[in-house]
Amino acid sequence: MNAGFDASIRTPTDAYERQRIAAVHPESWNNPEPSGPYQLVIVGAGPTGLAAADAAAALGARVALIERHLIGGTCFNTGCVPSKSLLRTARVYDQMREADRYGAQVPDDIRVDFAAAMARLRRIRAHLTHSTSVRQLAASGVDVYFGNAQFEGHDRLSVNGQSLRFEKALIATGARPKVPDIPGLKQAGLLTNATVFDLTELPPRLLVIGGGPLGCELAQAFQRFGSKVTIVQNLPLFLEREERDAAQILSDAFRRDGIEVRLATTATAVRLEGNDKVVDLVSADYHSTIRVDAILAGIGRRPNVQGLALEAAGVEYDDNDGVTIDDHLRTSNAHVYAAGDVCFNPGYAAIAQESAQIVVRNALAGGCERLSERIVPWCTYTDPEIAHVGMYVREANTRGIPIKTFTIPMHQVDRAITDSEQGGFVKIHVREGSDHILGATIVSRDAGDMISQITLAMVAGVGLRTLAKVIHAYPTKTEAIREAAMAYNRNRLTPRVLARLQRRLAP
Amino acid sequence: MPELCTLSDDALLDRLQRAAFGYFVETMNPANGLVPDTSRDHSPVSIAVVGFALSAYPAAVERGWMERAEAVRRSLLALRFFQASDQSGSPTATGYKGFYYHFLDIHSGRRMWQSELSMIDSALLIAGMLTAATCFDADNAEEAELRELADALYRRVDWHWSQDGTSTIRQGWKPESGYLHYGWEGYSEAILLYALALGSPTHPVSPDCYAGWISTYQWENLYHQDFLYAGPLFVHHFSQAWIDLRGIRDRFMREKGSDYFENSRRAVLVQRQYTQLNPHEFTGYDCNGWGLSACDGPTDAQLDVSHEQRRLFGYAARGVPYGPDDGTLSPPSVLASLPFAPELSLAALRNMLLRYPEILTDDRLTTGFNATLADRHGRPWVSPGHYGLDQGIVFMMIENHRRESIWRRLRGCGYLAEGLRRAGFNGGWLDRSADTGARA
Repeated sequence: MNAGFDASIRTPTDAYERQRIAAVHPESWNNPEPSGPYQLVIVGAGPTGLAAADAAAALGARVALIERHLIGGTCFNTGCVPSKSLLRTARVYDQMREADRYGAQVPDDIRVDFAAAMARLRRIRAHLTHSTSVRQLAASGVDVYFGNAQFEGHDRLSVNGQSLRFEKALIATGARPKVPDIPGLKQAGLLTNATVFDLTELPPRLLVIGGGPLGCELAQAFQRFGSKVTIVQNLPLFLEREERDAAQILSDAFRRDGIEVRLATTATAVRLEGNDKVVDLVSADYHSTIRVDAILAGIGRRPNVQGLALEAAGVEYDDNDGVTIDDHLRTSNAHVYAAGDVCFNPGYAAIAQESAQIVVRNALAGGCERLSERIVPWCTYTDPEIAHVGMYVREANTRGIPIKTFTIPMHQVDRAITDSEQGGFVKIHVREGSDHILGATIVSRDAGDMISQITLAMVAGVGLRTLAKVIHAYPTKTEAIREAAMAYNRNRLTPRVLARLQRRLAP
Repeated sequence: MPELCTLSDDALLDRLQRAAFGYFVETMNPANGLVPDTSRDHSPVSIAVVGFALSAYPAAVERGWMERAEAVRRSLLALRFFQASDQSGSPTATGYKGFYYHFLDIHSGRRMWQSELSMIDSALLIAGMLTAATCFDADNAEEAELRELADALYRRVDWHWSQDGTSTIRQGWKPESGYLHYGWEGYSEAILLYALALGSPTHPVSPDCYAGWISTYQWENLYHQDFLYAGPLFVHHFSQAWIDLRGIRDRFMREKGSDYFENSRRAVLVQRQYTQLNPHEFTGYDCNGWGLSACDGPTDAQLDVSHEQRRLFGYAARGVPYGPDDGTLSPPSVLASLPFAPELSLAALRNMLLRYPEILTDDRLTTGFNATLADRHGRPWVSPGHYGLDQGIVFMMIENHRRESIWRRLRGCGYLAEGLRRAGFNGGWLDRSADTGARA
């Protein structure tokens, strides 16, 4: 037990936070007076809403952007931006402890300054308000409203009682943390992505419930800061949708980090005993109890569809699956679109922003673009990172598409060896009998950057034969991609082709 | 140099095979025919090891290592035990729905360690029963009883129940918590399980079950080998201890222009390439030092290689190329590769025996050793005692390599042949046996 840890969360009020709040929700802000119907009204100013507002304003449209809370939404305020800032600091501590792997000396006294890591996070978030702020939006011609939006009909809504008419609307209200229904959890208190970045003190013992991307990332980061982390996942592997080998490598990495991994385990009850949160766990018939100082949960997502009076606009939705859309991102009201986390999972910013572009072109420029035509990569920023684009093998098998994978383990790549980063792989999936790329998974410390080469090839319609011609600077880890492509070329050398070549080369 | 290494290949294999058979002879409980998981004190019974024992007796009779009547007597002990065992599915029963708990008390035959009702291990046991029934075909009361018992025990297995309403077979069940799901995906040792489950005349799994399983396969080009991927070597062996998969193909292998036998040969090449690359710089890994598979390994010490602290995994399914890998190799998995890559297996086995003679005791191979974790005399860490699964697979694969007798016999098992056909296999001996009408 740790009597010293203060589990209450208070948002720090330092200069960085004052700068951020001034940029993303200034107290003195007065909503504008609409001068007539807007060509596009956007509800929600997260990554989707901001991208849509920017694109629509660039077309010269009259645009209104309505935000209930903070400009930037989850991604900027309580998601990608703060988490990646935190992960970077955690990696520094890990590298200090692992220095001897690189022939360097482990510092004598590694003391984690968690408060400094969180201050850096706030500084970076404040710094990024240079490109995410209300005033910037207003300067680009977007009318920004703060308040609760409610639809009043098929072509109008109100913001705090003020009526706005629209020709087209976009619902981009995102999603909020889904707190698992575990008896006693709410009463005992929990951290979610909405509150974890407000911590100023490191919880000595942390339980992470859920093995999705953010849970995995934060479990590893907190372990590296020095928390004793236990991660509980009710499935047999982490990252349900990823390939088995990728998830397996992650499990091994967690164990190497010292994280207590509890797969196929469910948290069944939580209670407070003094300052301890006591959690009952069950795995098949094995019952156990752990004591922790903090619980991070609620990292699943629930779409924000309540309170919008969507019925008034004739927009169909579901509490769990969000707003119903077609492939053009249109809702059941042809004038209302939806994009981002409010209508589809996974909640990755790259998809959210791209969907915003599709909406603007379809709604304002007469476009007929489809979401399904987009090739969207994603990445889980653990160490190593796990990045994926396109189709999974199991998906191809289910759809009857013959698929073959060209695999290069990172231990075959010189740069990975010189960097002591041999864990991981590049797997490129092609349609069997062709060089047409169906998808790829990369596991490597910088897989998120590496996957872009495959995404580029897929968008450009480039196959492995062409990728085999792409020369990479030596030594780089992306050479693994060329190696996979060259393996494809070698694979084309059937015995008959080889025999012909040998005849030609014979003296 | 161990004396064994001076022998010819055939003499060497003969010694190893006979010693492997000796495991079953020496450790069987004479009261009930059950065989322990390991030779260690207080070891429970592994039902899969009993399956290997039942499969080994007939071949041992043919080799003159055991009288036929004695082999039948031992087989009957086990079959009678299972026939009379508690099938209530209670926490202290022996089995449920015709399946059996993975580990049993060697005296009472009741569940131990709160182990799971294991579908794959039950399949290995049933395969042993059917092997005995196929081989012991004499017209006398004992062998007739043996055949009837094996048939009844196979027929009572409710394979359909093991699907739990899903598209594939569940991996386990516990009375305390119901069905278990370990998240296994992709190619595994389960071809035998699916063939038995599909071939059942009483409670077969649904016809699309096999397709549901192979939809999780990964066909990879790895180290320049086109390969149905599975990391641990034993996956490439277990079904083929019983089923001759040379030249017969399911839909997947027809599309890929390969077969499971050839795939197991490529698995050897993949293993060799991995240990030559030796990414973690473990001692003893090279082209003749391979064999990452399910085996016992060290747990009680941390291993220091190139300044890297890494974890030791104890008993684990080690695999290539993604691990887990802690420097532990399984010599029995090398020997079990014999039918697929005889020269490479024998070269590796001889090399390992020469370098690490400690891996052999009583002519039996240890389940796992770790040369990186050597003592101050340079001796590797060696798992104590012997594992029944290792001795079983070694016995059967040497037998199949030398005389193909188990494969040949099981081709005549009608249930298995029918199960393979329902899974979509055809070609080779399977088509020929359909012409002649295989016996059940």
